[in-house]
Amino acid sequence: MASYPRAEISPPSGSLFPHKHLLGIWGMDPTSIKHLLDVAEKYVDQNRQAKKTTSTCAGLTQINLFFENSTRTLMSFEIAGKRLGMDTISMSTGSSSIKKGETLLDTAATLNAMHPDVLVMRHADSGAVKLLSEKMDCAVINAGDGRSEHPTQALLDALTIRRRKGQIHGQTIVISGDIAHSRVARSNIYLLNAMGARVRLIAPPTLLPADVERLGVEVYHRMDEGLEGADVVMMLRLQQERMNGAFLPSLREYYRFWGLTKEKLSVAKDDVLVMHPGPMNRGVEIASDVADDLDRSAIEEQVEMGVAVRMACLDVLTRGLRGDE
Amino acid sequence: MATLYKNARLIDPSNETDVKGDLLVENGLIAEIGENITAPEGAEIVDCKGRILSPGIIDMRSHSVDSAAAAAGGITTVILQPNQTTLIDSDAVVERIRRRSEDGNSVRVYPMGAATQGMAGEQVAEIGQMQESGAVAFTDCNKAVSNPLVMRRLLEYSGYFGALIVQYAQDDSLAAGGFAHEGELATRLGLAGIPAAAEVIQIERDARLSELTGSPVHFALVSSREGVEAVRRAKAQGIKITCATAPHYLMLNDNALEGYRTFAKVLPPLRGEEDRLALIAGLADGTIDVMVSDHNPKSADVKRLPLGQAAAGIVGAETLLALTLSVVHSGKVELMTALKALISTPAQLLKLPYGTLKKGTPADLMIFDAEKPWRILSEDFKSVAKNTPFDTVPVQGQVWRTIVGGKTLFSQEA
Repeated sequence: MASYPRAEISPPSGSLFPHKHLLGIWGMDPTSIKHLLDVAEKYVDQNRQAKKTTSTCAGLTQINLFFENSTRTLMSFEIAGKRLGMDTISMSTGSSSIKKGETLLDTAATLNAMHPDVLVMRHADSGAVKLLSEKMDCAVINAGDGRSEHPTQALLDALTIRRRKGQIHGQTIVISGDIAHSRVARSNIYLLNAMGARVRLIAPPTLLPADVERLGVEVYHRMDEGLEGADVVMMLRLQQERMNGAFLPSLREYYRFWGLTKEKLSVAKDDVLVMHPGPMNRGVEIASDVADDLDRSAIEEQVEMGVAVRMACLDVLTRGLRGDE
Repeated sequence: MATLYKNARLIDPSNETDVKGDLLVENGLIAEIGENITAPEGAEIVDCKGRILSPGIIDMRSHSVDSAAAAAGGITTVILQPNQTTLIDSDAVVERIRRRSEDGNSVRVYPMGAATQGMAGEQVAEIGQMQESGAVAFTDCNKAVSNPLVMRRLLEYSGYFGALIVQYAQDDSLAAGGFAHEGELATRLGLAGIPAAAEVIQIERDARLSELTGSPVHFALVSSREGVEAVRRAKAQGIKITCATAPHYLMLNDNALEGYRTFAKVLPPLRGEEDRLALIAGLADGTIDVMVSDHNPKSADVKRLPLGQAAAGIVGAETLLALTLSVVHSGKVELMTALKALISTPAQLLKLPYGTLKKGTPADLMIFDAEKPWRILSEDFKSVAKNTPFDTVPVQGQVWRTIVGGKTLFSQEA
């Protein structure tokens, strides 16, 4: 099994996951990360059986509160909850009272009064999920806050890499695309660093945040340099509003220099793994033949791991409630 | 109506004197200053027991008339920013604010008028008439006059009236949408950043326009090392620019935002550690002329929001003196330099008759113990709002009495 750069010391509580909430990867130790991945592994098998639903979390209530549009993450959390036998309720922006001027903390108080057992939340502001968690009695899972973190995405990426490559430690992993506005990039940087990978970023200077190298990554602007000898390439989605003029001159030009093509990928290792958190812009950040390359692309597998990882998070965070530490 | 303040350490930053003695106040004016003054018949005698007696603080940047808070902080004159509920951009509004503050029970309030009409940055405001009504300077408060042609005209026009233009040192387009110092912390927390370059570019451009027009420019709040250096360079070239900063920029760096703490959200943003140290050095060598509170009371309703949505600002009047003195106690800034920045320099820049202990001037005084240790407790604030990042922080230097026009507006035991 993998060896980790930090000593695996059991946390003082003796629990392998001594956290009430899952707000981000930052500050989480390798033991906790590994524990979540190990639990998720079990659910991958469960999800491949005909009977996928158990009563592990039966009787518990899960609320998915999404202040930002999402289809795949929201659905993934819903399926994860249902497979564990939870009662899941989802609420998206359109139907929320935030439009009526209610503050986030009032929303928190309202939801808290309904006694949920897990709250999954996505919000457009960095730090919003942490703020809400301070007012909730139940476990809170961050499903993406602003540009800050998207921890379950990083965990599902880690699980995918671990299953394909055997371990995360020592792998050269490239993250490429709009790093500046990406919470996926941040969570992945923290997780992969904690697990001992070598992280490289490739992006045009306009899409890199200030002092990003201080997060412990190597920064490249050229694809051919950054992809040299890479074990894994994670492409990020380029948001529509960044494409025209403000950060980049055009889609055409972005694809020319930063789109992942077979040719650019040729300098990476032969068995390089190609990943993308979805939804993809084919012909913008990734060429179709790369995305659809069955030997290298793990994009669909990521979606599958997503459900398993989210089941693991829901399971682990409710163990105390269920008296199953 | 006379009061004799005995056994004081009389510090007058306007002429840099620091002597032991007494000070007599009669009819709201400083009647006599010296040693062993005999009290006139019926005069109240106050034994200062060696505490420092100086002119009261002229707080050159406050967003609210918070008289009780100001008095508790040793502030005798508040310079109100124009971004009030009713924007201060006409003589009528200026006059109303001036009249309301002259009730004898509050600190003095002088507004800054808007520099451009509606603070829209397009047309020069009615500077002459607002000045006649009592506006002491002109500013668009928390946004820069960004169009260089408008700024040039503004400086030329205000030059005729001898009116000071106060510029917010931040290039709007570079700062767009940002609210944190662009750097490692903002990157890690996923916050939209403002580069220090936004400050320098504005300072350097306006230094050129000041040179072109011959009119002085004052920068409301400098937050970065590069900003201080730009001001230092311009001053060395003889350009008439001055600047201010607030204590939080001397005490905190951007790490204060860790955990998305909205009480540390201010604009311009708290910057890096080297910026903080450069600001202290800038105050020590006189590059930074003025210390302001940037007093901005905000209710919990607008602070207890996600960081990006939360209102910016710190309630600063009651901590201005003690926090400024902390760089004196740490040996980095001279006491006289700090007091000049709080008291006499703003009075001179705004051409106010206060900020001095000269005989015959209004008795706007503060008496404080520069050494006395105490703990900042927001729940004890006189201000209605409690938004301070300094809650529970131990400091040294406490106001004992605040006197405006001879009348004691604030006093406390021991």
